[in-house]
This record gives sequence, structure tokens and C-alpha cells, in this order.
Amino acid sequence: MQQDKLIEELQAGNQKAFERIYELYSHSTYGIIYSIIKDTSISEEILQDVFIKIWNNASSYNPDKGRFFTWVLNIARNASIDKIRSKDFKNKKLNLKSDNFVDILESKTNFFGKIDAIGLQKYIDALGETCKSLIDLLFFKGYTQKETAEELEMPLGTVKTKNRVCIDKLRSKVLR
Amino acid sequence: MDINNYISSGILELYVYGALSETESREVTRILKQYPEVESEVSQIEEALIQLSAAVAPADAENLILAIKQKLAHNPKVVSMESRRSNIPMYIGWAASLLFLIGLFVMFNKNRELRQDLQALQGEKAQMETQIADARTDADKSKELLSIIRDKNIIKVPLAGQAVAPDAYAAAYWDKNTNTTYIDVKDLPEPPRGMVYQVWSLKLEPLTPTSIGILDTYEEDENKIFALKNINPSEAFGITLEPEGGSESPTMEQLYTLGVVSS
Repeated sequence: MQQDKLIEELQAGNQKAFERIYELYSHSTYGIIYSIIKDTSISEEILQDVFIKIWNNASSYNPDKGRFFTWVLNIARNASIDKIRSKDFKNKKLNLKSDNFVDILESKTNFFGKIDAIGLQKYIDALGETCKSLIDLLFFKGYTQKETAEELEMPLGTVKTKNRVCIDKLRSKVLR
Repeated sequence: MDINNYISSGILELYVYGALSETESREVTRILKQYPEVESEVSQIEEALIQLSAAVAPADAENLILAIKQKLAHNPKVVSMESRRSNIPMYIGWAASLLFLIGLFVMFNKNRELRQDLQALQGEKAQMETQIADARTDADKSKELLSIIRDKNIIKVPLAGQAVAPDAYAAAYWDKNTNTTYIDVKDLPEPPRGMVYQVWSLKLEPLTPTSIGILDTYEEDENKIFALKNINPSEAFGITLEPEGGSESPTMEQLYTLGVVSS
């Protein structure tokens, strides 16, 4: 899925490449932002900001340090966390909901894209509470292994192996 | 490396999450480039996560690209500038004060070093001045001595080593006009503690010694030439070793050098 050539073109300032990157990553980025913000219009604003940052700072992405998706993921998570810590966001008291991505999936009424989201939702439900928490903290919230271990009162080594099992199960469902 | 073990360790999932340290991530990237099976594993993990998060998106984002492009067209750098506005002056401030402190410290050290250098140089200068003064005194003395040696009115009397010190040698330079005898004792052994050399003027028939001086500044005098008053009609000069303070009459067993004035 890593498209080295496309990323190089983006870094060179190619608009077409940017549009393609947007197509590839905008939905997942939107999902990440929404899982933290839980407000559609604010999430939209942040999504725009994130892609403007991707365009402006593309040259700072270094493939040796990790995946392009991971880089985008970090920008999205940081922008969202900055937002929920900001004053105007706190004043609106929008961050009181404690839903995680599973709750969002369950409450969704409209689905789009190629995913059988209803099937996915059922399947994730079947993953069990531990898997839901692991994926929520590590992937959606960007916790470190150590923070996750503390939050879930789990040995550090178990976080890594347990999460591996969860992702394996997820893969067998979403990829065919 | 056992690649299957590596893959099933769960590190690749953390890699895609961005949950590894930079060093660990770089290591995974390195291995991923080496092993296609690791690369394919990472791609699948990534694809699964992309699909999962996309499913969480509340709405279709496709039309937002237009808004983004519009923003970029109007003010391409507006966002990055906005996000930095709050931080950059603070960083500059901290950097400036840090630089200022470092600068202050460096200046302080430099100043202290310079002051130490100055002190050292002043000490050296004083030493040099002393040395120059000494050299000048030495030169004056040497000049004076040279003129004495060259003076044709001065009688030179070599004083040969005697039984107690066959290798000893001294010389007397007798200036009759000024009644001064210069004694050069450079080749005499250093006198033992508590003893001094005493210089005698001798009349030979009958043998009458008269003390003309005690070389009690032997150790301090560098060129070992002593000027002694001599009003005697000397026929010979002798040098004996005597107890400190000198003796009334010479101790002949301790006669170091002796020389007769040639007439």
C-alpha cells in the first residue's frame, strides 16, 4: 500500500499526487479525527487542516522513520488532541462523550466506501473487550506500549503479543 | 534472524501505529527493505487499519478536497504559519536567553583567562628586568676584570697547587699603583663547611706571612675573583684553608696554592 513513487511526487509538489493521496488516506484520517473529536463539523475542519499540513510539510516525511500512513496518522492525532485541549473546544464541552471507535461504528446509520461496515461492526464486537481497548488506545488514540500497559493494567510484553492477535483477527475480516 | 518469529512478535503492528521509538522504527524499516515477507505483512496490517478507521469516518470526505485546494490556492502557507505562531517566539526567546547565558559564561571565562595571562606576563616581565639588570652588572664586572687583566702595570702571579691539593690552581693580579691584589680562585675546590680560604702575602727571607684577606664570600661570588687590599711588599702569595673567621698565621698543612712574584 506504501506508494513510494506517489509520495516522491507529492514531495516534489505535484498537485495530482496530492489529490491521489487525499483519495487514499482521507477517509481513514477522517475516521481517526472523528474518533477523538466526535463532532462532524469540527472533524471536517481538522481534516482540512491536516491535509494542508500534509501538502505544506510533505518534504519533512522521511521513509526511513516509518510508513507514510503512520506519518499522516500522527499529524491527524496531534491536530485532534491539540483541538480538544484548546479553550474554545473545552468551552463547548464537546469532549465529554467517552465513546470509542466501536461505539461510533455501532451508532452509525450511513456507510459508504467499499467496506461492509455493518459486518465489520459485528465482527469487531466479537473481538472481545481487550482487543477493542487495545486497538482504541494504540491505534486511534496513539498511546505508547507503556501507556497502554498501564491503562489496561497489563504486562508490557502482553500488549504487543495480544495486539498482534487482535490485528490478525481484524485482517482476516477486512482483507480478502 | 528468524523472520517468522519477528513477524509474529507484534512489533510490526506497533510500527504501523507509530508506537515505537524512532530508533526502533528505523530498525523495522531497515528489516522491511531486506525481507519482502515483512514488507507484505506491514502492508496488510496497514490496509486493515486504513479500512477500520475509514469505517469510523462519519461522512464522505471526497468533496472536502475542493475546500482544501481553495485554501491552498489563497494562502498556501497559512496553516503552518498559524500553528507555529504561538510557539516560535517562545522558542526564539528561550534560544536567545540560552545563547545569552552561554555568551555571558564564555565572556566571563575569557576575561578570567586574560587576567591570569596578564598576571603571568607581568611576573615574567619583572623576572626579565631582574635578569637584564643582573646581566648588566655581570657585564660591567667582566669589563672591569678584563681591563685589569690587560693592564700592563699589573703583575700576574700564578699560584700552583700544593701537596693537599695538587690539582688546585689560582692566580693573583697585583696592581701596585692601587695597592690591590685580585685573587682568581675559580679552580680551587669548594671549601668544606666551616672553613674558609685565607690569602697571604709572603716575604721569603725570612718567611713572613701577612694575611691580606679571607674569602668568606666565596660561595656567593660567581666569577670567583676577589679584590683584596695589599700594601705589603709581597714576594709571594699563598692560599690556605682556615677555620671560619681566619687565623693569625697560616696553617701550612692546609696550604692549597703558592706562587712567587717574579721580579
